[in-house]
Amino acid sequence: MSPTHPVVHLDNACVAFGGRVLWDHLDIDISPGEFVAVLGPNGAGKTTLLRVLLGQVHLAHGIARVSGEPVRLGSRRIGYVPQHKAIDTRAAIRGRDLVGFGLDGATWGFGLPSRARTRRINEVLEEVGALGYADEAIGVLSGGEQQRLRIAQALVTKPSVLLCDEPLLSLDMANQQQVVELLDRMRREHDIAVLFVTHEINPIMPFVDRVIYFARGQAMVGTPDEVITTESLSRLYGSHIEVVRHQIDESHERILVFGAEEEPHHDHEHDHHHDHSEEVHLS
Amino acid sequence: MSWDTFVNFDNFTDLVPLVQGSLVAGLILGLVAGIIGPMIHARDLSFAVHGTSELSFAGAAIALFLGYNVAHGAIVGSVLAAVLLGLLGARARERNATIGIFLPFGLGLGVLFLSLYKGRSSNKFGLLTGQIVAVDDAQLWTLVAVSAIVVLALAAMWRPLFFASVDPEVAIARGVPTRALSIAFMVVLGLTTAMAVQLVGALLVLSLLITPTSAAAQVTARPLTLAVLSVVFATISAVGGILLSLGPGLPISPYVTTVSFLIYLVCLGLGRLVRGRGFSRRLA
Repeated sequence: MSPTHPVVHLDNACVAFGGRVLWDHLDIDISPGEFVAVLGPNGAGKTTLLRVLLGQVHLAHGIARVSGEPVRLGSRRIGYVPQHKAIDTRAAIRGRDLVGFGLDGATWGFGLPSRARTRRINEVLEEVGALGYADEAIGVLSGGEQQRLRIAQALVTKPSVLLCDEPLLSLDMANQQQVVELLDRMRREHDIAVLFVTHEINPIMPFVDRVIYFARGQAMVGTPDEVITTESLSRLYGSHIEVVRHQIDESHERILVFGAEEEPHHDHEHDHHHDHSEEVHLS
Repeated sequence: MSWDTFVNFDNFTDLVPLVQGSLVAGLILGLVAGIIGPMIHARDLSFAVHGTSELSFAGAAIALFLGYNVAHGAIVGSVLAAVLLGLLGARARERNATIGIFLPFGLGLGVLFLSLYKGRSSNKFGLLTGQIVAVDDAQLWTLVAVSAIVVLALAAMWRPLFFASVDPEVAIARGVPTRALSIAFMVVLGLTTAMAVQLVGALLVLSLLITPTSAAAQVTARPLTLAVLSVVFATISAVGGILLSLGPGLPISPYVTTVSFLIYLVCLGLGRLVRGRGFSRRLA
């Protein structure tokens, strides 16, 4: 890929359903290895952005490209990491089968085992540190372990961008931290861009290069320092929004947003058990 | 009444050649049921198989009454039911309610047309509990042709279908046409059910399509091993059931269901035993 090509290119992109505009005028070029958080209230169109890039939702107008090509269904340049959902314990599949699906699950036919296939699957399992439990039935693994396998599954085609749809949801704090650190390491080692949809900015804050913030049919793009401020968000929402950056000590900070349609940090405000895992490392 | 009433091998060697057709049919059906089983298991469609088989029974009963080919009636009934179920509810909970609505209706229709039918009464009983006593060549060829279609279709869509069954979200993201596959699979399932209805009857179809795979799932988490074991178990149930029923001269279906149930019990025990010894530290 030539360096002039951004991994993700959106130019004046607009999504509308039945004439109702979900969001409009989204411009962004995402470079290889860049970590972009996608934020905004429920229903603002965060997941829809991922579905546009996956080729599942067509733009009303504008341009969407991945790796210099127009978006299309089933691109191997894209790795997709969904929310953690308990996988049925009856399903007779192992971790390595899940990763194998990422490699050739969309190909017709029965699929016979091959050495090259096994080698690639082992390689990526090793990278995410899941080799040790890759032969266990998937239903007996913990949420954190399953998300590691999900990341391996997304990485197995050597994509240029990872689309993550709230991959930390329903994980405990320790596992959230580990999954984010794994994603961060992978994007640095392989120069993969990450688009990360989330309600909760704090766990990923240390790794975020830029954010896309959706609200009221608009999209604001910039660094966290540019976008997540009282002034910017008040302008975006069209009402007063209060952003508080709560300094815990010299290197730890927590961001609280008040007055948005939802307050993503409310759950943890009185939860002293998790005080320290919520901290943001500013290094 | 002695044990001999249920299990004996009187004149066994004389009887076996007489049921050669049935044995071939049982073998083919065992193979097909074993192959499609893992997919039914992965898609959690056990109840849908039950519903489909009742409508297959209704189709066969209507065909019998109107003087058409019973096999064709069974196929029309079950494929119609399967496609309808495929179109209606993607989510398991909705689907189960739908099946619960269709199942008694189909069964009722079947009973109605069987009562109206003036022919031999053994035909009536056969549709519910199995009638593969003397399979003629024409029936055998229908079975071979339909089974070949089912196996080829399954082989072609195996991987994306399995992907879509256990990991639908990512499968969609990878461009797998999950909806089209779901309907295609239901057609294949309908065909298989219609075939099985003729061997073990509508009420007992589950013992060939569900039990062998469930048994295999007790002892393995490898998809390939699961498929192989499920084929072996289904074939043993079908062929073994036919052979065991010869001596006592009783219907095939109780023997098929008992063999498949015993295999399930053995696997259940084995699974517990092996897991307890650390086959998987997670399940210990």
